[in-house]
Amino acid sequence: MPANFLPTGIDYLRFLPEIIMIIAGTLIMLVEPLLGEKKQVGYGFITMTGFIAALVAAIVANNVPGTSFSNMLIVDGFATFFRVLVIGVGILSLLSSSQYLRREHAASAEYYALLLFSVTGQCVMVTANELIMIFIGLEISSIATYVLAGYLRDDKRNNEAALKYFLLGSFATAFLLYGIAWIYGTTGSTNLMFIRTALLTPGSQRGVILAGTAAALMFVGFAFKVSAAPFQIWAPDVYQGAPAPVTLFMSAGPKAAAFAVFLRVFMTAFQPITSRWEPFVWVSALLTMVIGNFAALTQTNVKRMLAYSSIAHAGYVMVAIAAHNQIGIAAAMFYLAAYAFMNIGAFAVVTHFSRRGEKFVNIEDLAGLGWKQPVTAALFSIFLLSLIGVPLTGGFFGKFYIFKAALDANLVWLAVLGLLNSAVAAYYYLRIMVVMYMKEPGEATISLQPLSAGIRTTLWIAALGTLVLGIFPSVLLNFAIRSSALIK
Amino acid sequence: MTLLNAVIFLPLVAFLIIIAFPKDNLNGIRRFSFLASTVIFLLSLGLIGPYWFANPGKFVFETDVPWVNSPLIRYHVAIDGISLWLIILSTLLTPICVLVSWRSIEKHVKEFFAFLLLLEFGLIGVFCALDLFLFFVFWEVSLVPMYFLIGIWGHERRIYATIKFFLYTMAGSALMLVAIIYLYNQSGTFDYAKILAGLQGGTIASTYPEQLLLFLAFFIAFAIKVPLFPLHTWLPDAHVEAPTAGSVMLASVMLKMGTYGILRFAVPMFPIAARNCAGWIVTLAIIGIVYGALVAMVQPNMKKLVAYSSVSHLGFVVLGVFTFTQQGFDGAVYQMLNHGISTGALFILVGFLYERRHSLEIADYGGVATPAPKLSTAFMITMLASIGLPMLNNFIGEYLVLQGASLVYFRWTVFAALGVILSACYMLWLYQRVFFGRASEDLTHHMPDLNFREYAIIVPLILLMVWMGTFTQSFIPPISASNAVLLGPIDARHDIHVRNVQPGKIAVQPKKELADAR
Repeated sequence: MPANFLPTGIDYLRFLPEIIMIIAGTLIMLVEPLLGEKKQVGYGFITMTGFIAALVAAIVANNVPGTSFSNMLIVDGFATFFRVLVIGVGILSLLSSSQYLRREHAASAEYYALLLFSVTGQCVMVTANELIMIFIGLEISSIATYVLAGYLRDDKRNNEAALKYFLLGSFATAFLLYGIAWIYGTTGSTNLMFIRTALLTPGSQRGVILAGTAAALMFVGFAFKVSAAPFQIWAPDVYQGAPAPVTLFMSAGPKAAAFAVFLRVFMTAFQPITSRWEPFVWVSALLTMVIGNFAALTQTNVKRMLAYSSIAHAGYVMVAIAAHNQIGIAAAMFYLAAYAFMNIGAFAVVTHFSRRGEKFVNIEDLAGLGWKQPVTAALFSIFLLSLIGVPLTGGFFGKFYIFKAALDANLVWLAVLGLLNSAVAAYYYLRIMVVMYMKEPGEATISLQPLSAGIRTTLWIAALGTLVLGIFPSVLLNFAIRSSALIK
Repeated sequence: MTLLNAVIFLPLVAFLIIIAFPKDNLNGIRRFSFLASTVIFLLSLGLIGPYWFANPGKFVFETDVPWVNSPLIRYHVAIDGISLWLIILSTLLTPICVLVSWRSIEKHVKEFFAFLLLLEFGLIGVFCALDLFLFFVFWEVSLVPMYFLIGIWGHERRIYATIKFFLYTMAGSALMLVAIIYLYNQSGTFDYAKILAGLQGGTIASTYPEQLLLFLAFFIAFAIKVPLFPLHTWLPDAHVEAPTAGSVMLASVMLKMGTYGILRFAVPMFPIAARNCAGWIVTLAIIGIVYGALVAMVQPNMKKLVAYSSVSHLGFVVLGVFTFTQQGFDGAVYQMLNHGISTGALFILVGFLYERRHSLEIADYGGVATPAPKLSTAFMITMLASIGLPMLNNFIGEYLVLQGASLVYFRWTVFAALGVILSACYMLWLYQRVFFGRASEDLTHHMPDLNFREYAIIVPLILLMVWMGTFTQSFIPPISASNAVLLGPIDARHDIHVRNVQPGKIAVQPKKELADAR
């Protein structure tokens, strides 16, 4: 192939969202010394403009699908879906952060820049068509997120969270890199399509075994990033320790992006050896659901409980991957979108409620919220019902599509066990609703301030999204199904 | 826009309007809730028409529009004779529950009435959904308001009770959802009629093990709701802890979701599995009848007594269905309505006593008949209806069920009839302890007789008990006709079995002795 290393205009157009966000992030870093730390609104404005412009660019780029930069990146429906999702998560995180940062006296420009960089990394991940690009995107996203997790540098738990996340994360990335090296050694390429072709070529048995080992190594890396069992240990500590708006961001954005690359790599490059990795994903999915749900049952801290719940939800998405069919991909996409809405909503309420120093993060603290701030509590209930999977919410259709995909793939027992798991999960979500509506207001609720504008906007957008996906799922699902054909 | 759609969605509209009411306008909220639910009830009466008698057994008021494209989920609703009365039961009891809660609900009034109307929306939907997915949606939607009704306005152990109630139902419906998706993956549709045809034609779930597992998945979900022994343990807790209106809606309508599901879905879709399991299920139903009655007898708490009597009465319904006879089916449906009216009324009357004396313990009462003769009379009639006195409603239902059972297996009738005798024991004993004897000074002081609002609640129900017990023909024909359609090929008079040539195809052969017995 005569390599044409000079990028053309269309290459830039397809890569425009990332370019915009990097420029916005760099701009913030540059103007900070000039403007000083006080100009919160200015940084927020630049970040928001960057996100919205990137969102528009991502949608525009979808009209010119194809690969760019010599097959390094690919813009297709799948990529656009996840780009829009992670940028959306970025916007909602931004909206819920500003009040928190002011409250903790931690407002500075870096926070906004890091948020932009992290989202950029995720966009690179989801558009990558090549293992090295995936790795680069993952690192951009992860390193920014490590810093965000320890953002309140005087806070012990923040430091603990960041350190744990960084050490374990680096370790997992090493596995991923080793897997990439291995597959390069086996097939001579890091391009996903090329790997697929190489694996499809009737060759020696040895090649398949080597590729299987590579898949296993990469599975470790991805499973860590999506917090799937048995690599989920870090998640509760990090989610609990990190600042609430960062947890909100981590549990939705990086996770969705990691699942996107997980899906892309395993459904395209490793699709020829499906029968070898499917049992592992099956076991991992079941373990993830069981560990997440049963550990969440006994938690008293809302953040930690939602962390375990987020592990459990990763397990549901793993079920869709185990189904390894097109409807499974679409189901995972739909689920991740629905999950982003409901989880962001739930964490936004926690952000609002926790107060300075995250004093009130116990479930019992929420007592009487239903009567003190009915709107907040009602919206929170919508998110919780959606997390349970009650009909007319996005979470229900998400679960429905996933288990439908599993049954399509004849994974009857996985579907049965998964759904019974979701019945167990109902208990701990209901406990929050019990406390909110059926207990008398306590100190924490009585001293609660009204919602800030940013969090209110986040909550309403998230609730609207949850309900729209629950009542008119076709809006999103049709797009997901169209773009779930990864192999062209 | 058919009348049925109006009846389904008006409660939702009313729910939204109540949400928009200012919090302090208590009387406005009460009046509006009553007005709205009464209008819905009157509209639902419009569903009764000559076609039920001229063109029986068909689904009418049909609406079938797509809701979600992929998978193809349709908003498909229609009613037949069974759904008709269950819907009217729901719409009748909602305004009654509004009246019941008029004074007894003092805190969070707005939310209470809002949830009551949301509950009505879910219940009506369950009874007319003809798309399995839509059915499931309504099934789950009705769960949420009841969860709040018990959890917020209930008595001391309300939180334990409401979580237990929610989790039991969730666990059952998880299995049902798997079965529904499985059927969809085989047939490509959620449509009840198409799936039914596919199952009967042997094109989907054609092997017996598949059918058995699917049947059990549906049946367990419904059996939890009924509740069938030994899955009934959530019921006494939920009933005792619920506020009066919650108990009424739970006993009168929500339990019928289970029996309705068995009758509409589990049995007609998987007749062979149902027939093969009938022995076991009937055994459990009869155990439930006798066990429920025996446990009711020793309860010191009135609500718990009525709750266990529900377990006993619902056993009759299940027994009726699993006889696979016209009489059994008719009796089962009639018994669902009877139980709705008479047990609903019992809970309301117990609620009246509670409002006066703030106790549910039988031991705290005695001699109520002296200060409150009218209340005692109303209780007497309701109690006699619940026992199954001829000329009152329950008698007809129980008689039909027992007759159906006797056609199939006489021994069933003998055991089930024990339940009728036992119900007389616990009810009469309850009545004796609460209403007869010498009234204490304290009790007399706190026991005013029925007021106008309470008359307005209880008199219509008593009239219905008498009407349903005497002019059965006003109610039975639509039920019979629809049952005949459901029963069709699965009648106990026929031998049905899996034909070898074409797997799953139901072969129908008349069974000699039963056919002659008619």
